[in-house]
Amino acid sequence: MTKKITLPLTEELAKTLKAGDSVLLTGTIYTSRDAGHKRMCEALARGEKLPFDPTDATIYYVGPTPAKPGKIIGSAGPTTSGRMDAYAPTLMSVGARGMIGKGARLPEVIEAMKKYSGVYFGAIGGAGALLSECIKSCELIAYEDLGAEALRKLYVEDMPLVVIIDSEGNNLYESGRSDYLKNRSKE
Amino acid sequence: MREIDVKTISETVARLCIDANIHLPDDVKNAIGRCRECEDGKIACGILDNIIENYKIADSQDMPICQDTGMACVFIEIGQDVHLTGGNLYDAVNEGVRVGYRDGYLRKSVVKDPVRRGNTGDNTPAMIYTDIVDGENIRITVAPKGFGSENMSAIRMFKPSAGIEGIKDFIIETVENAGPNPCPPMVIGVGIGGTFDKAALLAKKALLRPLGSHNDDEYYAELETEMLEKINDLGIGPQGFGGRTTALGLNIETLPTHIAGMPCAININCHVTRHNTEVI
Repeated sequence: MTKKITLPLTEELAKTLKAGDSVLLTGTIYTSRDAGHKRMCEALARGEKLPFDPTDATIYYVGPTPAKPGKIIGSAGPTTSGRMDAYAPTLMSVGARGMIGKGARLPEVIEAMKKYSGVYFGAIGGAGALLSECIKSCELIAYEDLGAEALRKLYVEDMPLVVIIDSEGNNLYESGRSDYLKNRSKE
Repeated sequence: MREIDVKTISETVARLCIDANIHLPDDVKNAIGRCRECEDGKIACGILDNIIENYKIADSQDMPICQDTGMACVFIEIGQDVHLTGGNLYDAVNEGVRVGYRDGYLRKSVVKDPVRRGNTGDNTPAMIYTDIVDGENIRITVAPKGFGSENMSAIRMFKPSAGIEGIKDFIIETVENAGPNPCPPMVIGVGIGGTFDKAALLAKKALLRPLGSHNDDEYYAELETEMLEKINDLGIGPQGFGGRTTALGLNIETLPTHIAGMPCAININCHVTRHNTEVI
């Protein structure tokens, strides 16, 4: 069954989501990847504010292709989340609760997710054309010099995601594979 | 002797960059279709359906299949009876990449220094590989390479005593280690033999061979089949959520090597294994 959810990702909403849930996500999210994360964490270390309010915010790890004339955005699928592991706990500590990406996370990120009720969503890697269709608006809000890595504010409707790691630390990468192998051996 | 103006090369490269990033090759589409038919994972079938829908949207809307439009890997086979005129070959290829990535609204994903970073802004330089061949034609293949999968690749210098079992274990270990990161279902290129650098190049060239084809040497053809089956028994599945389809294909290329060595390189690619070729 697919759950429809609407952001912001409050603690209450986060706790209803379980690893393996398919969701259709609607609301405002922020894009950032390697260089943007580095810059945001450097700003926090200097005691500065982030370019957006991180409270209950969801960050999408993506560097889209440029929008063609008349289009909102180009191809926009997830990048590998592991490269943001060094920064994710810091961002969760200031309130950012949701992460959208693909690929494995380090134990320290999962610990931070348990502490701050974080949720890690998976978007389909390599499905950038499909995912771009859910993006209804796109606004550049900071770090324009980073090009594809600039910080953007997106409004998405019914973005198809899967909860990979939930706020209790349950991990679909482990359970999905072991369930599949268990069921197959029964046949 | 045939004269070819390098301007023709720039135009061809630009066109290939755009086409390769928008239209997935038929052999890859067919492999995804075949895997969808025998997929038995719970979430997996839906993921493969979405992957199929994605390349159809890309085809119909002229949109890049994936936002990581890659580093432009350009393979050029130059007939030795060709005389290039009008400028430098490498400059011409880079000009083609510059124009293709600009006019095709492709992402610029190249930094000018590996440590100090800094985007070059036009996706140059391309990674260029040249081979001199017989004849008076030029054959150009552009294979944009995404780095989610490139980062999960590996190379190892084996002792010859490790034998075929050493190589089999290394392939499984590399795929296990890659797990969900390279956007499975993956395509796996294996290069065995040559030198340290040649093994890596063989692995990359193996990714260009159509899926479903086999190495001409029956020994390696059988190894391709055996390893693909073993990988698809791991249960990693599409996107790593569990399922049968961990890899769409595995191609092996080999070269003679030194009496003391057995290099083996594994280049991982994703389900968006793009490449396009034109002959001038």
